[in-house]
Order: sequence, then C-alpha cells, then structure tokens
Amino acid sequence: MTGEIVWRIAGGSGDGIDSTSQNFAKALMRSGLHVFTHRHYPSRIRGGHTYVEVRADDQPVRARGDGFNFLLALGDSFARNTKEHAYYGNEQAKPLAENLDDLRDGGVVVYDEGLLDASEIEDFEARAEEHNWHVYPMDLRGMARDQGREVMRNTAGVGVTCALLDYPLEPIEKLMEDRMSGDVLEANLEILEYAAEQANQLDHTHDLRMPQGEHDSEQALVSGSNGIAYGAIDEGCRFVAGYPMTPWTEVFTLLSQHLPDMGGIAEQVEDEIAAAALALGASHAGVKALSGSSGGGFALMSEPLGLAEMTETPLVLVEATRAGPSTGMPTKTEQGDLEHVLYTSQGDSCRVVFAPGNQREAYEQTRQAFELAYDFHLPAVVVYDQKLSGELRNVDADFFDREPNPDLGATLTEEELAEAAHYATGTFERFQHDPQGAPEGVSPRSIPGQADGRYLASGNEHHPTGHISEDPDNRVAQMDRRMRKLAAIRERLDERESNQVRHGAADATVGVMTYGSNQGTVHEAVDRLVEDGHSVASLSVSDLMPFPEADVGEFLDSVETCLVVEMNASGQFRGLVQRELGTHGDILHSLLKYNGEPFEPHEIVEAVEGLGSGDPATAATRYVPAGSD
Amino acid sequence: MSFTPLHQHDDDAEREPTDREAFTPGIEPQATWCPGCGDFGVLKALKGAMGDLGYTPEEVLLVTGIGCSGKLSSYFESYGFHSIHGRSLPVARAAKLANPGLEVVAAGGDGDGYGIGGNHFVHTARENHDMTYIVFNNEIFGLTKGQTSPTSPMGHKSKTQPHGSAKAPIRPLSLSLVGGASYVARTAAVNPNQAQEIIKEAIQHDGFAHVDFLTQCPTWNKDAKQYVPYIDVQQSDDYEFDYHDRREASEMMHDVEDALHEGEVLTGRFYHDPDRPSYQEEKRAHGDVPEDSLAERYHDDDYEWERSYDLMDAHK
Repeated sequence: MTGEIVWRIAGGSGDGIDSTSQNFAKALMRSGLHVFTHRHYPSRIRGGHTYVEVRADDQPVRARGDGFNFLLALGDSFARNTKEHAYYGNEQAKPLAENLDDLRDGGVVVYDEGLLDASEIEDFEARAEEHNWHVYPMDLRGMARDQGREVMRNTAGVGVTCALLDYPLEPIEKLMEDRMSGDVLEANLEILEYAAEQANQLDHTHDLRMPQGEHDSEQALVSGSNGIAYGAIDEGCRFVAGYPMTPWTEVFTLLSQHLPDMGGIAEQVEDEIAAAALALGASHAGVKALSGSSGGGFALMSEPLGLAEMTETPLVLVEATRAGPSTGMPTKTEQGDLEHVLYTSQGDSCRVVFAPGNQREAYEQTRQAFELAYDFHLPAVVVYDQKLSGELRNVDADFFDREPNPDLGATLTEEELAEAAHYATGTFERFQHDPQGAPEGVSPRSIPGQADGRYLASGNEHHPTGHISEDPDNRVAQMDRRMRKLAAIRERLDERESNQVRHGAADATVGVMTYGSNQGTVHEAVDRLVEDGHSVASLSVSDLMPFPEADVGEFLDSVETCLVVEMNASGQFRGLVQRELGTHGDILHSLLKYNGEPFEPHEIVEAVEGLGSGDPATAATRYVPAGSD
Repeated sequence: MSFTPLHQHDDDAEREPTDREAFTPGIEPQATWCPGCGDFGVLKALKGAMGDLGYTPEEVLLVTGIGCSGKLSSYFESYGFHSIHGRSLPVARAAKLANPGLEVVAAGGDGDGYGIGGNHFVHTARENHDMTYIVFNNEIFGLTKGQTSPTSPMGHKSKTQPHGSAKAPIRPLSLSLVGGASYVARTAAVNPNQAQEIIKEAIQHDGFAHVDFLTQCPTWNKDAKQYVPYIDVQQSDDYEFDYHDRREASEMMHDVEDALHEGEVLTGRFYHDPDRPSYQEEKRAHGDVPEDSLAERYHDDDYEWERSYDLMDAHK
C-alpha cells in the first residue's frame, strides 16, 4: 500500500459536505498532490447520510480507492430536530455508524462529539479495538460556536484533519482567502487555527501522514461534467436546452451559467421532448446546439432523436445515467442505459455514441461528438454516468488550452448552393441519393436564410428535395445512404489515435474489458495484478456506435480469457460485444455490479484472481461465467 | 469555408408585395388533402399573406407537426421543417431564437396542437415567443381516419368513442389567452378574405400570435357544415368589445366557445396586446440573448470565439 490518504468527510446532506471536500481537494492539489474525489449522497435535500472521499497521493490517482483511512464524521445537523416523532430523529449517529464498514485497519476517526455520541453505537469500541482504529472525539460544534458560528464546524474538522496528518494550514487558508472575505473569512481562519491547535495538543497515536508531492505544471480540478461542458464550448456550442434531472443537471447548470455571457443562449423548458426538439430547431437554423438528460428524461428524447436521424439534422445529446429502471435510484450510479442509448427511437439506429472513460475523454469525445454530428448530419450521444459526472480529478490545466472549432461541418455556401442541384422551380436537392464528392453518405445542407437553399426537412421518408415520398427505390437509396455514414465514421475514427485504451502487460493471457467510467478503476486493478505477477491487460472502450470491431477483435484475439466489467445487472456491454463481433462468446466472463456504488479496485483484482476457480464475485458484485447467458 | 450572411427579414422595413406564386413548390406534393378540405384555405391565406407582406421563400421557416395539417409544408415553398406529432412549437421557437431574422411560422392540427402538443402550446404562449402559430381546427383526427379530437363536441361519436365523448371540448382561445399569447384570433377556411387579413396581422405581430383556423373536414366530419354561417365579430354591430382589453377579450372568448356548438360560429380578432414584449425582447433585456443573430455568427470568419480555457481559473 502506498502512503496515500483517503479522507472521508461524512454528515447530513445540506451540511456543506460537498463544498468542504471540494475545497480540501483543491488545496491538496495546489500543494502538489494528485487528487480524486468520490461522492455518495442520498436523494434527499437535507439530512440523511452523505459522504465524500478525497483520495490524495504523490502519484496520479485514477479512481476511488479500496475503502478509506481517515474519517471525519461531522454529524447530521438536521437530525437534531427537537420536535417529537420527527422524521430525522433516529439518524443521529449515522455519520459515524454508517461509515465504519470500509474504514481500513489502523485508520483514524475524528467525530464531532458536539453532535454525535459514540456510545450510541453498540459495537463501536470493540470494532475500534479489533481494527486498531485511532479515535479522536472533538467538540467541533462547540469550537465553531465559540470562535465564530456553529455552521463553521466543517472548518474546525478540516483544521483537526490538518493537525492530525501533519499537513500545513497555508494552502487551506489561501483557498479561504480566495473564496471568502470580511467577517466570514476572519471567523473561518480563527476556527481553523483554533481547531488545529486543539488537535495538536492531543496525544497522536496514529502514524498516517499526508503525502508530499509536486506538480510539473499548473493543475485544474475538474469533473466529468466539466469535461463535457467545456468540450461543447470549445466546439462552438452556443445553445443549450434542458430540463433539470440528476445528474445531467450538472452539465446543464454549467452551460446555463456560461453560455449567455459568451453570447449564447440557454433555455430551461417544459420537458425533455421540448428540450431536444429545441436543440434540433437551433441546429437546423445553423447554430451548434446541445441537449441532454438522464435515463427517464432521455426516454422522452427518443422522438427528437429519431427525427434528427431522419431529417439528417446535427444533434448532440448527453445522457448522464443513473440506476434504473424508471426513476430508479436518482443519485446512484449505473451503466444500465446502454441499450436504451444505442437503440431507442423507431427504425434502424443511425447515430454516434461515445462513452468517455474519464474527465479528459469527456472533453475530447464531446468535441468528437460535435464534429461528427455536424460533418455527418446525425445525432451523437455522449453517455456517461453519475459516477463520472461528479468525480473531481486534477488535470493539466493546459489540456484545455485548445483552439475553438465553430465550423458548421458539411454546409454549402451561397455560391456553392447556386451551383448545386435544384428541382424544377428551385427547391434545393438537400437529400441527393449520391451527392457528388460525398461517398461518405453525406449530402451537404443549407441553412435557413441562404439563397437557393430552401428545402423541406421531413421526418417522413423523402425525395431529394425533402418532400414526402414512399417510392420504394427512393426509400432504399435514402436508407442506404444514411446507413453508409456509420461505416465512414468508423473509418475516420480508425485513422486516428484510438478512443479505446489498452493498458497492462504487453502479451497478456487474461483480458479485462470495460467501457466508460470504470476505466480508472480497471487500470488500477490491472497495475496491481501485473505487479503481483499476473499476465493481465485491459481494454476500455469508448466508441459504442459505430462499434470499434477491429480494436476489440484484436484485443480478444490476443487473450485466452476475458472479464467484462460493467455496472448493470444484465451484462449489456458484453451483449453488445457479442452482437457486434459474433465471436469470442466462449471466453467472455462478466463481472457485474448494480448496487448503486462504483467498483472498487480490489473487486476487479479478486475477480481476475478467481477467474479459473469457480465464483470470483465479492459481496457487492455478481460473476457470470462464459457461455452462461 | 466562408459564408455570405444569411438573408434576414426586417419586420419594420416597407416592402413591395411579392408574387404569392413563389410560395408554390415546384414539386407535386404527395396528395393527402381530400377535395373540399378546409386545409386548402389555410394554404391560400398563408401564401397570400406572405406575398402581400413582401416576403421571399428564403426568409420563411415553416415548421409543421404530423397529420393532414402537417402536410402544409409540402404544399408551401419555403424553408420547411415537417417535424413530429405535437412538437412543431419547440423546434420553431428555437429556430427563431437562433436566427431572429427568420420569419417563423408553426402549424399543426387540433390533435397535434391542443392534444399531444398541449404542454408546448401553453408554454410557448406563456413565453410569448415571436412567431405565428396556426392551428387547423376541424374537430377531428383526419389522417388516422376520424377519431374524436380535443375539440370534438361533447357526445361526439367515433370508432374510438362509440358511446359518444364524455369530455367537454378544449377551449383553445381561452387557453391561449390564459397561457399568455399576445395575439389570439379565429378564422375559417370559408372566409378567405378575413383569413388572409388575420394571418397577415399574426405575422406582423411581435409576440406569440395564435390563430385558431376552422377547417372543415368533408371526409371524416360531415358535421363541418355546422360552421356555416360564420359571423365576423369585427364586421357585426352585435358584438361590441375591445379586443385590446384582456377582460373583455376573455369574456368574449368564453361566449364564442360556448356558442360554437350551438350553431353560431364567431370569428375575428379576440385579443391583441401590441405592447407586451416578446420573449426575445425580454431575454435581451435580461442580457440573455445576443443583440445580433446567433446563427449569423457562424457565418462570420472574423468572429472571435471564446474558449473554455478562459473559464479554467475557477478550477485551478
């Protein structure tokens, strides 16, 4: 085990857990460490059990770790409801009690004895002794109240953390100065220092220390949702329409806050059908537009999605998935919407689907989604999950220092339109069967307002002018042309650096395959396995449609057996691989997790180690051996 | 690639009338309208209004829904978008936001607009988008062969309502007014002159202009003859009210909608508020939309695009 610190701050929703952890993570990043956060919160506004983990190391961190080694249990202030029979009344001890299962041996516990009573938890002392936990009860509430305001007990907790981990206060203080001013800043600084002093006076029985590190370049702390929003901005997207739904709201909020100040337009509308239809309308009118939602809202978007395919209108949608079916578990992660995203809407799917694996890929692949949607006139969906949406990770700030690309793609100028094919009295032949110079199936479009460009964009099957046609020959020609685009897109993607990332031993016999946000966890697991002498390599797939048949086939040919890791109950990704390749079914084993929590690296390590010996699943996961579906 | 600027229509400029025949497509539409269909009346009024106002087909985006009404975009030459059932309004209003220089007209039927698209109808009215919305109201589902629609009268019998509808018809004029539309009128295919004048007014109005257009369906709703005789309230001394006054308009609409199925069909302008700012103006006042056309910006090679890197400071 490295000298990493996995710091978990727990409390009630609404107690500032999220903001405190973000600031702490940023301070650690600024002082030279690599950080990664993992968020757990209930579908509830105030109270209940919520926590955030900040994993910090002097080496890059790519995933949530296995458990944690420092617990800061703040207490749930909303559990202190003095009214009898109050709903929250019995949850007083939760921030402490609920967090003990994953606390590593030798770990540190700091709890707010102003709000929590450890004696309420029957087996607490016995467990602490058994696992060699170092427990520091501190009256954080009292310190905060005495030095400033009670609500600032988060700051007291951070002060205690710094003292116990031998970490300087300066980076935290500097961050506070950036964020606050006046009396609030003064009070917070006082509480921070006072709490640290109190903790320094204790007898430190633990040996955990905050690691020290250094960055070569300036870092930025970004989430998957940041990556998507900034990718869209850099690709010239200046129109967003949406309806709030967790966790898509994070992208929607970011763009709504930025676009109007950049001369763009953000629209919060009546429902998701409208949202996607607005993005479609704006795109038709010649603007780069985005909409998105999460599972249930994306279901409503299947109408405009199909309309975009048939009218060949560029449309970029984001699907931030959460546990389903239906509204499922609104704040828990899952990859159960894969088939929904691939096949929803009537007819044959003609769309691009990317599933980015981390914050950088979220940015990169959102840019690719725009590029392909506008070059090929079809919808492109970026599917990711609640996990990646909220995970913060440090990235080189320079990574975002790229040229913007507002290019509208395959669009004709008025001069070109004047020369283009027109029907009888002047309708532009927008949907030519075999447009000259466009073997990729793309017939270039015009933008409303251009001379010589008028046509009808119809959701019905149509003649080259766009007018409705049920002629069988025309139908086949149009359908074939539209479907040709997918092969052309695959070719274009194959010419570039692959979106599929191979990691691990060069000539591995055991493969681990996954898609989307599991990437970092799988990489960490593979590294541990290789270190332990296993012959393992992983492939994490981002292109879901058109499917990277060559990349995946090559990988599966190179291994003897392969574990497919995904967060759903039916193995949808494994099904996709088998559907697309039609081979290798005899070597694919599934490792599935669908309890709402992301994988921990050890679960994948144990599954790979147990591959040849019966059931390699842990309590949280399910193992499906080859050939058993 | 370098683009020439888009053609932008200036609403305030004085214009010479254009040839209304320019709005006739060069392609024979796949015939869906039956002989005697009221939809031809909408087409004629729309072409006439566009010609009278001096529009060219390039400046107009016509967004339609699904159904016989949705085929309007097949019969009308302009930029067209034949969308999906009930969804014409969100497509149309985004196009207008993206390019305010476009003249945007949305059209659909009573099922399309008041049924499946009812949510969008209320919200588009509420926001008062600067556009015209024509609803073909024939009190029946035509293209699916004669089922009861939201405007069918109580007791209306159809294959899906064999015992007669137990639902009161929707009140589209009142709904529109309550929703927030700043122009509400009703006209009819059999009143071509009035229809053309009303469509012209609706197009010229800066805000959401809703025209409930009575269109007889000679195939599936033979009762369509109930629409005769039509009374134009502006031409009749019996119906004095101020259609700029919200309360009077509301009361009048109430009477009009009650009377519709009792043999008295009243048409005309029922509400017009020229002073309420359109959604575009409201948004501009809030600093939420650009002064110029967003769509134009993609045609300007010299435009300086901001980058996400500029936003990175907050994350460092």
